[in-house]
Amino acid sequence: MEIEMEAVPQNLPQLLEWIETRLEEADCPPKTQMQIAVAAEEIFVNIANYAYAPGTGRVTARMDISGEPPRLSITFIDSGVPYDPLSRADPDLSLPVEQREVGGLGIYMTKKFMDSVSYEYIDGCNVFTMKKYLS
Amino acid sequence: MLNISKNISGDKAVFELEGRLDTNTAPQLEAELKAALGGVSELVLSLEKLDYISSAGLRILLSTQKIMTKQGAMKVTKVNAAVMEIFEVTGFADILTIE
Repeated sequence: MEIEMEAVPQNLPQLLEWIETRLEEADCPPKTQMQIAVAAEEIFVNIANYAYAPGTGRVTARMDISGEPPRLSITFIDSGVPYDPLSRADPDLSLPVEQREVGGLGIYMTKKFMDSVSYEYIDGCNVFTMKKYLS
Repeated sequence: MLNISKNISGDKAVFELEGRLDTNTAPQLEAELKAALGGVSELVLSLEKLDYISSAGLRILLSTQKIMTKQGAMKVTKVNAAVMEIFEVTGFADILTIE
């Protein structure tokens, strides 16, 4: 299944509702649901804030839940500036609070919470895919 | 959707958060904290009914922790299991005072 929308932060609730409805139908545990939603938010908001700046553009999300045990796959596709979110260095989590920064935490959580993540630039599009077993 | 209930008396402030602390709701919390924290030396954030937090929410917790480290202390209470896992994965469990 697929959803296409304007890549703007205001559409985040719509995206997350679309994802969470299907996760509930698949009896996904609440904690896993939140991890998937957090990962989806980080990728979507990144696209919304940067892919088409200073303008706006479209983003497509494709979701599949299949197999036994069920495995989720979500792919985000945008035609904005080429950007590999996985190229970002992991944040230093050992720093004291005064020096701690939030930059990079979103993609770090995405990598931690998903079983696999991948990025490709294909035919002028950023294609980011994340996968996770639901149980 | 985020509901914030505040109880401020003297130099102590208690914020109870209910719902989702995400990209769209974090600015609301940031504004309310900014308006309330002058003269506060003890801040309690009660997260019992907070069922979602993303990096946008973590950003506010970190900036608020930095402010409160300078002017007093901040405690985070009643953290549920899903939110606690976010704190653990991101190292926030080490920099926040969680009770």
